[in-house]
Amino acid sequence: MPELLLDGQPLKVDEGTTVAAALLLGGDGSSRTSVSGQRRAPFCGMGVCQECRVSTDGQRRLACQTLCRDGMRVESRP
Amino acid sequence: MKVDILIIGAGPAGMAAALAAAPSGARIALLDDNPAVGGQIWRDGPQAHLPPQVHEQRRRLAAQSTIQLLTASRVIAQAGPKQLLVEDAACARVIEYDKLILCTGARELLLPFPGWTLPGVTGAGGLQALIKGGLPVAGERLVIAGSGPLLLASAATAQANGARVLQIAEQASWAAVAGFAAQLPRWPHKLLQALGLWHPGYRASSHVIAALGDSHLQAVRLSINGQVKEVPCERLACGFGLIANTQLGQALGCRIEHNSIAVDNWQASSQVDIYAAGECTGFGGSEKALVEGAIAGHAAVGDLAAARHLWPQRQRWQGFARALQHSFALGEPVKQLATPDTLICRCEDIALADLREHGGWTPAKLASRCGMGACQGRICGAATQVLFGWQPPAPRPPFSPARIDTLLQLGQPE
Repeated sequence: MPELLLDGQPLKVDEGTTVAAALLLGGDGSSRTSVSGQRRAPFCGMGVCQECRVSTDGQRRLACQTLCRDGMRVESRP
Repeated sequence: MKVDILIIGAGPAGMAAALAAAPSGARIALLDDNPAVGGQIWRDGPQAHLPPQVHEQRRRLAAQSTIQLLTASRVIAQAGPKQLLVEDAACARVIEYDKLILCTGARELLLPFPGWTLPGVTGAGGLQALIKGGLPVAGERLVIAGSGPLLLASAATAQANGARVLQIAEQASWAAVAGFAAQLPRWPHKLLQALGLWHPGYRASSHVIAALGDSHLQAVRLSINGQVKEVPCERLACGFGLIANTQLGQALGCRIEHNSIAVDNWQASSQVDIYAAGECTGFGGSEKALVEGAIAGHAAVGDLAAARHLWPQRQRWQGFARALQHSFALGEPVKQLATPDTLICRCEDIALADLREHGGWTPAKLASRCGMGACQGRICGAATQVLFGWQPPAPRPPFSPARIDTLLQLGQPE
């Protein structure tokens, strides 16, 4: 079972879990803050809307198309 | 990297195209932006239950040494004639092809309504995809709204994973839904599917009015057959049907007809050596995608007899596609859900009131930044097309947000 760090907190998830799912398993489910300051969460679920973009290991990634890996660091806060 | 056949999209159409082309010995690359093959309908994950047929297809793909799977990879730009620039998590490369098969699928039509940006609101197919990827929904109260058979499929997935589906609001009328159901015996397998998905909370002539809550969804206001009703819930899944992903085809010069990539009997597009198959040629489900993909794969390697052999099968599923598209046509009420302060562009946070006066996509974009964010107008462009009849412009590279390193490969000799 991969263990990742979500906004600094350790989280164990099942193999094959997306980062989008991990956001709710280990937090409030939100992924980013919009240009006018609203919190947003994964929306289209299939890599189109870009609402679920987070930072994983320092790279911008779409949470819904990224699988959790052991040791991954995910940041959803600016 | 050089291949004989490059297939963009590894859903049912792309998988079928690769398997049909493989016996010729052609070198094939099958590319998808998701971490695994299967597309949306056969998306794998900790909470996904794939039909045995899919495992068989995946096993056959993996067994073909001439098929290279490039998952988690996106097409960023055209790098030259018959060359596409592709990026994955680690690196970028130019792929040169002899024949290209576009199996780029469809996305959900997501229409704006008050509160649609609240966490807790997702697409309908979107929720299904998120659940398959492990999103926990056990014990959550869920409302589903929008249009099309995907609403029932999404409800079934959510219920199987412990959610309580309180209501399903379909915007089409009972007459339209019944008319669709009456045609289903022509495709018995689809009829059985539909019967298995039936839900007591399903209502026709019904739609969402608003998602309510401060920082997270707390309730949904619905119009149920003309009666306004508020339903407390943790989650709302809302999808208004499907739209074909035509961007790449359009950028490569393929003719677009009825918002789909136009193809002939061989699944060939208007551009030489570019084929298209599946939802990007008009949505109609996985059966249509499988047969179109196989025809495209056979045709691309010149096995016209094998391709022709599948024409009757394709005709049968195209009939289903027509019934589907006709029955769930969008009515006026769902085109008027947004209020003046509803955000239309979710990337740049542009409200309806700041857009409507501009009278067209380009003036609106220039004046407001609508469509200039990360999704590049894929959500708001489709929405303003439905709401105002604005025609989104032809897509320009980069087709997806990309790394600078990737873009630097453009113009560099191999």
